[in-house]
Amino acid sequence: MLPDPIQNLILALERLPGVGPKTASRLAFFLLRAPLELSSALADALTELKSKTGLCQECFNITLAGSERCNVCESPQRDGSVLCVVEEPLDMLALERIGAYRGKYHVLHGVLSPIEGIGPDDLKIKPLLERVRRGEVKEVILATNPSMEGDATALYLRQQLQPLNVHLTRLARGLPVGGDLEYADQNTLLRALTGRQEMS
Amino acid sequence: MRPERSFRLEAVVLHHSDWGEADRLLTLYTREKGKVRAIAKGARKVRSRKAGHLEPFTRVTLQLARGRDLLIVTQAETLDAYQPLREDLLRIGYAAYVAELLDRFTYEDESENRNIFRLLTETLSRISAEPDPWLSLRYYEVHLLDHLGFRPQLFSCANCKTEIQPVDQYFSASQGGVLCPKCGVGLPGVWEVSLDALKYLRHFQRSTYREAKRARPLAAIQNEVESLMQRNFTYLLERELNTPGFIKQIKK
Ligand SMILES: [Zn+2]
Ligand SMILES: [Zn+2]
Repeated sequence: MLPDPIQNLILALERLPGVGPKTASRLAFFLLRAPLELSSALADALTELKSKTGLCQECFNITLAGSERCNVCESPQRDGSVLCVVEEPLDMLALERIGAYRGKYHVLHGVLSPIEGIGPDDLKIKPLLERVRRGEVKEVILATNPSMEGDATALYLRQQLQPLNVHLTRLARGLPVGGDLEYADQNTLLRALTGRQEMS
Repeated sequence: MRPERSFRLEAVVLHHSDWGEADRLLTLYTREKGKVRAIAKGARKVRSRKAGHLEPFTRVTLQLARGRDLLIVTQAETLDAYQPLREDLLRIGYAAYVAELLDRFTYEDESENRNIFRLLTETLSRISAEPDPWLSLRYYEVHLLDHLGFRPQLFSCANCKTEIQPVDQYFSASQGGVLCPKCGVGLPGVWEVSLDALKYLRHFQRSTYREAKRARPLAAIQNEVESLMQRNFTYLLERELNTPGFIKQIKK
């Protein structure tokens, strides 16, 4: 049996996604042998992660604790009439990286999952509907992942948003860059065909 | 080095969850080996060739290799994506219910059960195609129990074995079927079942799908049949299922 301080760390690490018992032990022993400053820095970062962050009250992006709205929501340059709905803050980050989108966001913090029992009430859907009801928003872009869960979420949002008289779009999906028709599944091919574009 | 063992299976993807950096852990129900779990490497990458073939509720042919701890998907090709069900939120919920029920009732013991596989693929086709899939789901429940060895006793009292008379009865999940009024009255953990609901359950149990389809139960009887099966499953599985709550939420 390992001494408690090591065992506790292993058990905590094991709860992280994608980390099994072997990886958890390897990481724990790595930290044990590493200089003290590494584990102190890690410990500080972990404590601050929760205490010094919060959620933007407008779009639910991650923001610094104490500030009510995130940078995107605060920026006068961003167009509040277009909302892009994403599953996670990281998806928003990926879209921000291209630097081509000038609208605002709404982060759902998850996705509908029937088998895991994650329903509409578990996501930030009600605040989205409230935002749209306030009237400023003209277009909602559904940017959930192209998966069964992402599609289910988009279908639900369509059902809820349609009566609110807002223009609804879904991120285009089709053949991946560098992909080969021959290997595409029926679903992807169908979407690529129905979403085909005019060549000018 | 010995080459890794590799084999081909036909499967339905029941469920997937994120695994590692960009992989997915799949729960599959296969025609040849019953329930199986396997890893699809890189399936969360946008450029993955396999990902589109491995979405839940897809019937696929798979090439699997035995890895050190887990099975690894090396090739996948869609046989049926049940496309129409993916375009309707309620049908997605129903398909998830079908998958959850099967997942909860089975173990990864590599035992073949072609009847269950056939029932599963037929049910997914029906959920895709039927104007109202209510009956497809009830038919699936009754026949799944049958194939799993939990066939409820619906024709004679599960306690005293006397033939069921045409009056309202009781149902006992712990005794595995209907109880006559004499055995059932006042017993804890049993619930009442109307003669009409019982008639439909029996009809589903002994009919082909085509015959069962002719049944047109009233809404009240539909609800009774549905909740009776739910309570029965909660008892047999010792916990509630997730999807019925989900379906209720999206229906409101
Ligand atoms: Zn914000
Ligand atoms: Zn009896």
